[in-house]
Amino acid sequence: MSSLAIEGVGRVFPPAHRGGAATVALQPTDLAVAHNDFITILGPSGCGKSTLLRIVAGLDTPTSGRVLMDGQPVGGPGPDRGMVFQSYSLFPWMTVRENICFGLREKGMPKAEQAEISGYFLEKVGLRQFADHYPKTLSGGMKQRTALARALANDPKVLLLDEPFGALDNQTRALMQELLLGIWEADRKTVLFVTHDIDEAIFLANRVVVMTARPGRIKCDVAVDLPHPRTYTVKTTPEFAEYKARLTEEIRVETIRADSMAAE
Amino acid sequence: MADLFVPLKPVSPGRRIALGILGFVVVVAVWWAVTASGLVKPLFLAGPWATLQAGYALFFEFGFLNDVLVTVGRVLGGFLIASAVAVPLGIVMGAFKPVEALLEPLISFARYLPASAFIPLLILWAGVGETQKLSVIFIGAVFQICLMVAVIVGGVRMELIEAAYTLGAKSRGVVLRVMLPAAAPQIFETLRLVLGWAWTYVIVAELIGASAGIGFMIIDAQRFLDTGQMIFGIFVIGVIGLVSDFLFKQLNQRLFSWAAS
Repeated sequence: MSSLAIEGVGRVFPPAHRGGAATVALQPTDLAVAHNDFITILGPSGCGKSTLLRIVAGLDTPTSGRVLMDGQPVGGPGPDRGMVFQSYSLFPWMTVRENICFGLREKGMPKAEQAEISGYFLEKVGLRQFADHYPKTLSGGMKQRTALARALANDPKVLLLDEPFGALDNQTRALMQELLLGIWEADRKTVLFVTHDIDEAIFLANRVVVMTARPGRIKCDVAVDLPHPRTYTVKTTPEFAEYKARLTEEIRVETIRADSMAAE
Repeated sequence: MADLFVPLKPVSPGRRIALGILGFVVVVAVWWAVTASGLVKPLFLAGPWATLQAGYALFFEFGFLNDVLVTVGRVLGGFLIASAVAVPLGIVMGAFKPVEALLEPLISFARYLPASAFIPLLILWAGVGETQKLSVIFIGAVFQICLMVAVIVGGVRMELIEAAYTLGAKSRGVVLRVMLPAAAPQIFETLRLVLGWAWTYVIVAELIGASAGIGFMIIDAQRFLDTGQMIFGIFVIGVIGLVSDFLFKQLNQRLFSWAAS
């Protein structure tokens, strides 16, 4: 069992120039993530949701509060918290298989074991025929599938995804959502998934956390009780529409606020 | 004709080669015209044909091949020593900001010290032998490579480094297995560029206190007012430069086929 606790985590960016105002990116935020939770963090652009995720990953340091992983404070990035980035973060000089093996190699795992694990995840994300391809020859969806397999191969306790499908076209994005959900339904990983897409947030999650416009804080925490296994057809059910109506209302207010702030 | 002047419109490969050759043809034609017509006297500029004859004589009567090999050896030697020092140093500077803060101002200063201005000093220190020739090239190349490599390594995409950290890599792994391979194609490109500069330094070094080499031949030919030999010597440098550049590019493509063009 593993658990992740976010306790009073806030982030203030110092002023960009002398005499300027500091930017509060994230107000002190609490979030308890249970083992096997699939939480989507939904919010308008610039609400600090990515900042929160980066702090959990250990890539950014909070100015207040702390992140506890199994009761231990997080001090920096580590393989227990795997991350998939929005932009393509594959190592371009490595093949798909070598990318998937990166974390295993850093751990010093024997080659045979690496091959076994990478083979399993190549199969899982449907890239077996592309194992020896370099990233530049892959489509956007394939690149993100590789990034997902690379993070999963490391067997992290928590999987962090920062708008991983944001750069993909709608059809590919829908397929990727199903792929990710399928993997989660089989393996029950603890997942934190940042997105600004309402459909995506509902479809994937068992909890949707809505964040306010900057300075970000958690506005509401909605449990999604749609049955598993879910397929794309769930998106057309009345229950789904109900969640969507509610979250649309919540997020709309924030988006308007974020927008008017950007204009100032 | 009109489609030649559409901004950024690509040229077909055939036309590209034809245009490239045309550039040379025009220059040679002008050269031939001004010398054959007597507009410029042979004392100052030998014609194309006289230059070729001088080149033939150089290779088959004066053992010019030896000079060429000596010069190529010096360029490669000085360049390799400079690379061996500057590439690792540049990587460390690029990866570790305190090291950069320590060395960057110093090397930025040293970079502007012209290598040719060191020649009298170097002759004093190292005589007129190979050490002095290699030193000139070393001084001319080492600071440039160092700074450029540091900038390249420092510019490796943050996402790659962060991804490596979240996959469990430590500092050492990030530098050796992420920053280094990510920067490698551009480092090679830098080396190609600096190798071109090394050619200028070697010739300058050979103009003073040398007894062999292309630069020495050129200064020697000046004593006999043999403009044909001088021009031929300069051309040989150009041809070798072109060939080494081509080989470097080929090697780069071979080694880094994964890199997006």
